[in-house]
Amino acid sequence: MKIRGKVFVFGNNVNTDEIIPARYLNTADPTELARYCMEDARPGFGRGTDIKGSIIVAGENFGCGSSREHAPVAIKAAGISCVMARSFARIFFRNAINIGLPIVELTEADTFEEGDIAEVDLETGKVRNITKSTEYNAKPYPAFLRKIVEAGGWLEYCVKSLQSLS
Amino acid sequence: MTLAQKILARKAGKSRVEPGEFLLLDVDVALANDITAPLAIQKFKEYGGEKVHDPDRIVLVPDHFVPNKDIESAMQVKLLREFAEEQGIKHFYEVGRMGIEHVLLPEEGLVKSGDLVVGADSHTCTYGALGAFATGVGSTDIAGVYLTGRVWLRVPESIKVQLVGSFKDFVTAKDVILKLISILGVDGANYRALEFFGPALREISMDGRFTISNMAIEAGGKAGLFPVDEVTMAYEKERNIEVETLSVDEDTVYWKEVHLDLSQLEPQVAYPFLPSNTKDVTEAEREGIKVDQVVIGSCTNGRIEDLRLAAQVLKGRKVAPHVRCIVIPGSQNVVKRALKEGLVDIFLESECVFSTPTCGPCLGGHMGVLAEGEVAVSTTNRNFVGRMGHPKSKVFLASPAVAAASAVRGYIADPRRL
Repeated sequence: MKIRGKVFVFGNNVNTDEIIPARYLNTADPTELARYCMEDARPGFGRGTDIKGSIIVAGENFGCGSSREHAPVAIKAAGISCVMARSFARIFFRNAINIGLPIVELTEADTFEEGDIAEVDLETGKVRNITKSTEYNAKPYPAFLRKIVEAGGWLEYCVKSLQSLS
Repeated sequence: MTLAQKILARKAGKSRVEPGEFLLLDVDVALANDITAPLAIQKFKEYGGEKVHDPDRIVLVPDHFVPNKDIESAMQVKLLREFAEEQGIKHFYEVGRMGIEHVLLPEEGLVKSGDLVVGADSHTCTYGALGAFATGVGSTDIAGVYLTGRVWLRVPESIKVQLVGSFKDFVTAKDVILKLISILGVDGANYRALEFFGPALREISMDGRFTISNMAIEAGGKAGLFPVDEVTMAYEKERNIEVETLSVDEDTVYWKEVHLDLSQLEPQVAYPFLPSNTKDVTEAEREGIKVDQVVIGSCTNGRIEDLRLAAQVLKGRKVAPHVRCIVIPGSQNVVKRALKEGLVDIFLESECVFSTPTCGPCLGGHMGVLAEGEVAVSTTNRNFVGRMGHPKSKVFLASPAVAAASAVRGYIADPRRL
């Protein structure tokens, strides 16, 4: 699957309190969470009219802090098609894999600028900066995680393996 | 093998597991709270769940926004309560019997050495202090445990932290972990387990170990593990839990090693907006940082020893007129002990407020949310932008001793110079 979208750039150590502040955690409704996506990193981002289908690009340690799955849920529900970062914090990484939010670890993430058009091929790991005519290779997922991603998420994988057992 | 490898190999029924290996493992305890359980329950039902795999392995602790702060929070807790009832989950802790999850679970003997614990809360790594492999995961992982009893895990590489020397007065376990986070950086242990060794372990009580393991995640750590020694065994014995010792082989190779001499350590203060941003309190004191609020409590520092230390500093003194000092015991049991030991009197005489157990202000939930421009000194674990309230407020992290001294002075203060 190929994803193409406009890039929004964020910095290093974007934490889950910035992605979805705790004051909005009195609900687990994805639509409601989406409205406040990235609120304390960029106020109003989740209510922007131009974010559907776009790509978040960030630096090191994206999604550090709490384990709240509300963070990737908010990003996904806001219509963000993919998050690319130089690295991800561990719990955010597993949450994204588990819920089927496309994420890409890319060493060259910092070469992207706000408004660039990026194209990500999730199968091959090829990442292109259409605006700058550059191309990179993302870090591939380990084989085990690829199975979860291919199933569509961890619970899809669980349900399938439960069915194959019975 | 490292402590992480040893516990995970035992869980996997293998003689050896290697870092980087992916495992599907049976979980001993699956924990969730009033924020993360609703999402897990919703997913469990969405994926066809009717009866949970094993109700006795599930723990539900409403602690973040309780006593319920608003109607939405009340609805979330109601969902947990009804799910517990419907599924026959006996480890559901209601207000009046609850505690902050990571204070409560060890106290109740619900987690023990050698266990595999997953929790939809990043500070689940706290139980590494007992020699349990405990790690924070997401709500979907918890829903997966409800459905199948299992979780996927990658065996982490480990960082060895060698602790030597003796604490100076008013230097605590909190200062050890803050210093370590500043050395490693907030992602220095990302995907790795921290493992603590060395002669100084003898000096670090269980309460102190919980504080250290609790903040492993602030360096990105997947777990913060202590070997099982006499200190652990004594703690477990009080709960009628028999455990085996857990240690590593002499020739174990670590991904990285860090050496920390406690006798050289000063009380630490972590400046906004990262826990790694630390300075010695002597330096922080010189900067004359005015404080509006002090919070003493949380899953990091809400245990009885923390309250004793705060009371020791506050005794016979008053909180500065412009400061609100909020003391939050970590559990109902801590409340009882604090009352019995006369600590509550000391807090009230000092003009602190003494609350019911809750995560409350730590994550800007309730019971002490900061206004624009306000400054807090807090014994909690995170000082990110907006963590305790307004995005333009600031949180400085410190030990109960530094927090209490700062409450008295009204400025960030060294407890040794009050």
